[in-house]
Amino acid sequence: MTHPMSSTVAVFVEQEVQFSLLELCRACSADSGQLILLVEEGVLTPRGDAPQEWRFEGSALPRARAALRLGRDLELSPGATALVLDLLDEIDTLKARLRRTATR
Amino acid sequence: MDFKDYYATLGVAPAATQAEIKRAYRKLARKYHPDVSKEVDAEVRFKELAEAYEALNDDEKRAAYDDAVERHKNGQAFGAQPGRDSGYEFSGAGNEAADNFDHSDFFEALFGRRGGAARSARPQGPVSGGDHHARVQIDLLDAYCGGRRTITLRFPKRDEQGRVSMQDRQLDVNIPKGIREGQHLRLNGQGEAGFGDGPAGDLYLEIEFSPHPHFRVDGRDIYLDLPIAPWEAALGANVTAPTPDGSVELTVPAGSSAGRKLRLKGKGLPSVPPGDLYAVLSIVLPPADGAPAQAAYRALSAAFGGFDPRRSLKV
Repeated sequence: MTHPMSSTVAVFVEQEVQFSLLELCRACSADSGQLILLVEEGVLTPRGDAPQEWRFEGSALPRARAALRLGRDLELSPGATALVLDLLDEIDTLKARLRRTATR
Repeated sequence: MDFKDYYATLGVAPAATQAEIKRAYRKLARKYHPDVSKEVDAEVRFKELAEAYEALNDDEKRAAYDDAVERHKNGQAFGAQPGRDSGYEFSGAGNEAADNFDHSDFFEALFGRRGGAARSARPQGPVSGGDHHARVQIDLLDAYCGGRRTITLRFPKRDEQGRVSMQDRQLDVNIPKGIREGQHLRLNGQGEAGFGDGPAGDLYLEIEFSPHPHFRVDGRDIYLDLPIAPWEAALGANVTAPTPDGSVELTVPAGSSAGRKLRLKGKGLPSVPPGDLYAVLSIVLPPADGAPAQAAYRALSAAFGGFDPRRSLKV
């Protein structure tokens, strides 16, 4: 069954959205304790001093979701999750460098 | 419905200990987790692993599964016995709405349907619906130029009887110019419906680019393999190269070697700041088929009598 088309307003998350802690919790289906642990490990870096004042960039959403998935599926501690994400970042950088050479 | 061999999925023997099962799962989970693995079927394989582990890691479930294996071997039906549903209350570790659809029919036949527990205790008053997440493929050109696009999403929908069917949903969405792979669009109110008078959740779309025949995208930069002839590389040339929305004139400098990157500043994705377009030179030899072509090559060889490409290898 196909639903009728609806014209919808799309918000560019990485450019136009800022999340409060509670908003990010909702977007990730996580509780604040989980996200606070990720901030403590440096996986997420919001502006602001206290959790109630934190403002996350839109780019925090995919990073938080990946961290939560990894922690849950691979049973990783927050510290290990942070390390995995750092290593994945490094792998992406290296792969990008490889992609810049012609393949023949 | 096919019988699933969970022991085989994890690569363990049916008599494996809990420790062996845990170890096998952890090793395979690390290998096939979609956030870590780039294998094409990683998501499917990971779901199979997760389901197998869920069935075998829990004593009760493993006993029920082993029992079903025995019944299956003896040609008996392996579905849930009457009243079995009431014995199982699976509070999932996963907490996203979409994850509740991840079990196979086989798993649900054995262990009953989970996921009802999360909603059965409905709180008083309006509750907002949860957010949904989906990945959507668009053409590179859509991101390069921006503009309205019709997106089709397929999603599983459970009816009142609990049957799951795949539904299509179309959305007319404005693709922002310069959006990169891995970035997101949020469609307010297009997620899960709210409860009571609660507002609907949001729908997040993660952008992915369909593979392009010529262009490779890396962040905001675009890469193009640009084939040139040997004389173009040696003598230099003006060549025409495609861009995602047209073409551009390029000057190949004399003395270019294979792999040289010609940078077209600002011709990548029009993000903030805009990326670059890199033409990566590859030198293509005309085939030496036929006498004239071979003669031309021999003349070239004669003209470069002293040229030794392997000089650096000589001892």
